[in-house]
Amino acid sequence: MAFVAIADRDHEHAHDEPHSWIRKYVWSQDHKVIAIQYGTVAILIGLVALVMSVLMRLQLGFPNTFSFIAPQDYYQFITMHGMIMVIYLLTALFLGGFGNYLIPLMCGSRDMVFPYMNMLSFWFYLLSVLVLVAGFFVPGGPTGAGWTLYPPQAIAAGTPGVSWGIITMLASLAIFIVAFTMGGLNYVTTVLQARCRGMTLMRMPLSVWGIFTASILGLLAFPALFVSAIMLLLDAVAGTSFFMPAMSSMGETTQYSGGSPLLFQHLFWFFGHPEVYIVALPAFGIVSDLISTHARRNIFGYRMMVWAILAIGCLSFVVWAHHMYISGMNPYFGFFFATTTLIIAVPTAIKVYNWVLTIWRGDVHLTVPMLFAIGFIFTFVNGGLTGLFLGNVTVDVPLSGTYFVVAHFHMVMGVSPILVVFGAIYHWYPKITGRMLDETLGKWHFWLTFLGTYSIYLPMHYLGFLGVPRRYYAYDSSIEFIPESVQFANEWITISAIIVALVQLIFLFNLIWSYRHGKEAGPNPWRATSLEWQTPETPPKHGNWGKQLPVVYRWAYDYNVPGAPDDFIPQNVPPGPQTPAGSHDHGPQP
Amino acid sequence: MNLGVAVGGLIAGIVVWAIIVRQLTVKPWELQPAGPTDELQEISRSKTIKVGLWVLLAVITSLFSLFIAAYYMRMGGHGDALALDWTPVPEPRILWLNTALLVGSSIAMQWARTNVLRGRRQGAFQALAIAGLATIAFLAGQIFAWQQLAEAGFFSPRNPALAFFYLLTAVHGAHLLGGLFVWVRTLLRMRRREHELIDARLSVELCAVYWHYLLIVWLVLFALLLST
Ligand code: HEM
Ligand SMILES: [Cu+2]
Repeated sequence: MAFVAIADRDHEHAHDEPHSWIRKYVWSQDHKVIAIQYGTVAILIGLVALVMSVLMRLQLGFPNTFSFIAPQDYYQFITMHGMIMVIYLLTALFLGGFGNYLIPLMCGSRDMVFPYMNMLSFWFYLLSVLVLVAGFFVPGGPTGAGWTLYPPQAIAAGTPGVSWGIITMLASLAIFIVAFTMGGLNYVTTVLQARCRGMTLMRMPLSVWGIFTASILGLLAFPALFVSAIMLLLDAVAGTSFFMPAMSSMGETTQYSGGSPLLFQHLFWFFGHPEVYIVALPAFGIVSDLISTHARRNIFGYRMMVWAILAIGCLSFVVWAHHMYISGMNPYFGFFFATTTLIIAVPTAIKVYNWVLTIWRGDVHLTVPMLFAIGFIFTFVNGGLTGLFLGNVTVDVPLSGTYFVVAHFHMVMGVSPILVVFGAIYHWYPKITGRMLDETLGKWHFWLTFLGTYSIYLPMHYLGFLGVPRRYYAYDSSIEFIPESVQFANEWITISAIIVALVQLIFLFNLIWSYRHGKEAGPNPWRATSLEWQTPETPPKHGNWGKQLPVVYRWAYDYNVPGAPDDFIPQNVPPGPQTPAGSHDHGPQP
Repeated sequence: MNLGVAVGGLIAGIVVWAIIVRQLTVKPWELQPAGPTDELQEISRSKTIKVGLWVLLAVITSLFSLFIAAYYMRMGGHGDALALDWTPVPEPRILWLNTALLVGSSIAMQWARTNVLRGRRQGAFQALAIAGLATIAFLAGQIFAWQQLAEAGFFSPRNPALAFFYLLTAVHGAHLLGGLFVWVRTLLRMRRREHELIDARLSVELCAVYWHYLLIVWLVLFALLLST
């Protein structure tokens, strides 16, 4: 195509600072403000989900004690808790929050490439959260179908919230997906198009790699949720039978003909499994950077890490049916999906080895972010191993639908990413606010959260082996295979859960208190190499880089380079006698 | 479903492979020969917007692939008989006319693009207007087809073939409506005197790509509906 110089007359791109307060902090198009807006809303709605989990635990630990938790309430709590945590907290926080904040700063750009759309993305996200919350106030309350929303029960009489709750839920998901798509287009295009000079793909910090790949996964996988949400919505309101089988309900034949509940499961998990990696990949990336920075050592096997992220991203699209082993599928299908599921463990394990090898003989500083990063390795290995159990059809069949699955996914998708979120907030808070979070409070927060969550989820593995089913309101003494001791375990878990929930108040206090009273951070408190720590101002101003965009000369992992006076060389320092390139002392790099 | 996977996998595969071969074999910890690479400097705003559009098209491809996969799975086409409640609907004849309209609008878009490139303001404006009007006619025709089906006594949400017919055409139409929004803005912009033609060039090019793409989607959907 003959391209004569196209005048780029785009006004969005003139980076003059907006003046009015509203334009600056509310209708802002600045990626940093949008990131904080995303993060704040995500954490607030996450707190709602946390409260609901405590309510569920109260019921399980002390059945027949809390008369205000009826069975239908319990199911509504389960559903909203799961959906909020997976989608409205973790997905929004990692991509809308950290993605927005870190991508332009780490890639050396002034902003996302489509700032207006980025702003819209946040407002659509907020709308989706409001519609979701509206579910609590409609007649009948929110849906109690479980976060997987399986038909037919999701829209069949008898499930809580069939009249309105399910509709607000599906509508909210659809809006969220629109919001995500606008955000995701930005993240992907910014990484592809707006890196500064010298920032080749292979010089990007792994955080950016993780967020970038997760955004691609999201863009390709969320449509599956969109399709299933729209078709389920039509089944609920227009009387179609996409998913609803011919059935009678409450003694009456329904209007539905022969729809396929299995079709829903396929669509849902075609989204659902990539979704777990949409959350996991940013966590992988961020934790790599935390470990490397706080162990003062280049990340072990950078290229392998990148390849592993990409391999996991591709493979995550061909394993979804391991969530459906008990749906009565063809055994050859089961075999296929078990194989792919076990293959995905290979790149995952490589990443774990590389983290450990980075710490190994690193100059480990046990800062708060590092503690959370190390905690993550523990919980993630734990959850990954139980995943290998569940990936085998024969092992999964008895364990499916028990607390073992609950333990697995909370270890791997609940605790692990949340530990990374905490570590990341302790790490980047100084850049965002200019002040450090309090270290002592941070250490209390880490140890109580880490040990507390173990004390919650470790016993659940045993409950699962006993066959205790998940999603039960109460375990009647008439269920014979459930021994007395299960009740004790449940009390223990409940008390731990309450403690862990309360401990989060320390963190919230720290966030608020340090904003005014924290220690001044300076531009680069962790002596880190990546670009976001090299901005002319801290916190960075609109446009990030002042007059001149940075130029990058090296990768993000030049720690302890022999011959350099400092133990780190920022990415934008040109090679010279005092600042050689690369760190040859660590032997051949895989 | 398998189709969805195949398409998704193919796209992901091609993208990843292209990146791998070009970029992922660099050893970033070594001194790179020429210092900073300059290739990224020259990237213009319009290139960025085009990349954005292509990413969007990938998302839409995923969406329609999944709808089509759902269609086949619900129909029960694994070699066995159709699902019991699946009653094929005869496609209204007007769909052929609609298809012709959409092809026409795509051609007109292309014509508008050529005119903009050649700097012919009037021609570009007319072609663009025709393209949009043909699209509106297409949408009207689709609604007419809906009515015909309803009047023919087929209308029953219980027949999944019919439900899919409405759903797929509606989703496709919604995407065209989104395109028409950009179309209106572009037309208005071109009408204003002080604007030079080159300002509209990017918008027209984007519209053209998007229209061709939605034409292809429609042809695939139409073939699907005709064949089942
Ligand atoms: C080594 C890798 C992994 C393997 C082999 C694996 C395997 C499995 C299997 C087979 C199940 C289905 C259990 C059942 O319902 O019977 C499952 C459930 C689950 N996994 Fe994993 N998994 C792995 C990693 C992960 C990761 C990294 C995450 C999230 C970050 C995750 C999140 C989940 C969730 C949320 C569920 C439960 C969904 C539900 O039924 O509500 N898994 N996993
Ligand atoms: Cu999975």
